[in-house]
Amino acid sequence: MTLPLIVYRSLRQHALSTLITAGSIALACGLLMTVWVVKTQAQAAFVSTSTAFDAVLGARGSKLQLVLNGIFHLEASPGNLAASDYELIRKHPAVKTAIPIAVGDNLRGYRIVGTVPQLLTNVEYAPGKKYAVAPGGKVFGEAAREAVVGSFAAERLGLKVGSTFQPFHGLTFDEKALHEEVFTVTGILTPTNTPADKVIWVPIKGVQTMSGHDPKAATDVSAVLIQLRAASAGVMLDLMINKQGNRMTFAYPVGAIMADFFGKISWFDRVLALVAYLVALVAAGSVLASIYNSMSARQRDLAILRALGARRRTIFGAVVAEAAGIGALGAAVGFAIYFGLLTLVAEVIRAQTGVVLDVTEGHAVLWICPLAMTALCALGGAVPAVKAYRTPVAETLAPVS
Amino acid sequence: MLSVADLTKSFVSPEGGRAEIVRVGRFELAAGEQRALRGESGSGKTTFLNLIAGILAADGGRVELDGIDLAALPEAKRDRLRADKIGYIFQTFNLLQGYTVLENVLLGMSFGPRGVDRVHAVELLRRVGLEHRLGHFPRQLSTGQQQRVAVARALANRPKLVLADEPTGNLDRTSAREALALIREVCRENGAALLLVSHDDGVLAQFEGLQDFAVINAAARRGPGAVPADGKEGGS
Repeated sequence: MTLPLIVYRSLRQHALSTLITAGSIALACGLLMTVWVVKTQAQAAFVSTSTAFDAVLGARGSKLQLVLNGIFHLEASPGNLAASDYELIRKHPAVKTAIPIAVGDNLRGYRIVGTVPQLLTNVEYAPGKKYAVAPGGKVFGEAAREAVVGSFAAERLGLKVGSTFQPFHGLTFDEKALHEEVFTVTGILTPTNTPADKVIWVPIKGVQTMSGHDPKAATDVSAVLIQLRAASAGVMLDLMINKQGNRMTFAYPVGAIMADFFGKISWFDRVLALVAYLVALVAAGSVLASIYNSMSARQRDLAILRALGARRRTIFGAVVAEAAGIGALGAAVGFAIYFGLLTLVAEVIRAQTGVVLDVTEGHAVLWICPLAMTALCALGGAVPAVKAYRTPVAETLAPVS
Repeated sequence: MLSVADLTKSFVSPEGGRAEIVRVGRFELAAGEQRALRGESGSGKTTFLNLIAGILAADGGRVELDGIDLAALPEAKRDRLRADKIGYIFQTFNLLQGYTVLENVLLGMSFGPRGVDRVHAVELLRRVGLEHRLGHFPRQLSTGQQQRVAVARALANRPKLVLADEPTGNLDRTSAREALALIREVCRENGAALLLVSHDDGVLAQFEGLQDFAVINAAARRGPGAVPADGKEGGS
């Protein structure tokens, strides 16, 4: 009863500084956990999203740009491929599946991607998972002005089966760039938690022959998504297309390109983590300063406790436990900040990329960070605890008579 | 029960030398005995009580409590012995302001070997007439009520020795008389010896066992000053 009571009463007596200090710790803890989880989950989500296809073939340019454009529906296409190039790769014996896509239009900022129905009927976007149209809908016809809308885009745009829309030209929304063609929604995709959820899928011919598009490019494609029969074929195609050729780029393997991308932007994680570490250090320092500064006011209480029989180590332990208590309180509130921030960041990532982060998924940092922060605060409390330990009882209680 | 021999304590004076405050050759108190020491302010009474309580370490001499030499014990054992055998009523009460009345008494118990006995604490507070103030904080009590909390706390561990330092110094005459009667009565009920120091003749007059502190403290007789060269002045 003794130690918890002393700690509780001391925290109550210094409620304002306790709350302010715990608040800064909560911020540090929340930031640290969010940075870590977002980094880990985003990386895992992006890499797992890219497992459906082994490679992306496109115009000569950046492999990363091809992958971002073809798989994640970000970035612009580096250029077009001729229909003959698509046919060449489609018929290559090492290629199991070749899905062409054509981009260049949007509906109020949501990308319209032209493709073949086989993407939505045959391809597994993740192991054992195929796209599915929600009941009451169907996949678009190959030559019809029809569309299947990703779940997120449908929700945001208020589209349902039977809705009609006119596309806007370009990848960014410009209300003056309205196309004449009217498309009818024939199906809504069930959620996949992948970038496909924020795409409006139409027949590839629908994009290729859209009014205002260059008639000379009416059979061109933006990229080809490729599944290989064997991994060794990727090395061979890489050699053939990238090293010996100069017209096209074969982005392979997709997972390694994404991992390389995350490696390149890892400095950003490190900066964020560094900021969070600094906030944590400042928070631990503020625990030290807050308790240390109040030591003069506390010394009389500590001397009374000593006069009542409390040993020096009890007093030392009480101050350290108080510091740890502030740390633990901060860490607990840090979870609220973490969930709030993560939910916000996950929503932004979902809106921007279609990739969904699981806010309920556990991670080692969720227990390491609160424990480390509590331990750091306890360490910070050791300094004033030494001062408390040294409190001279008789001199503090009363002047010598 | 309490035996003091050749006890000395000096402090560094503002001038830089050492000023001797306590030099007690011999002092004894039997179990259950109630004794008052008369002394003027600055005569070293509080220092003497602090030395007996083990709050201050003596420069030399012995303080035996139930045959255990307090002065020879390491600090941690002195703390334990104090929690176990000594109840201290301070002149300024020294109640913990952030704790309730009941918590003040319970904390006093918690450092002793018997641990917290809530029933006993409540009973003590009832005995001093504060059963309706258990959840109050010291600042919400009158001075007399605070004094009674200090008495209850000092007796909470069933000490064998109660030290009272000017326990009525902050009270009006009526409250002082009541408080003193209460301390003496509760000590008698608990079989505790009482050593009280005061300069208030009204308080001292109530004790049969009354001694002048200057008689037992050679340093007080001589007045604060440098430690004598032979270091042997003293007497009872």
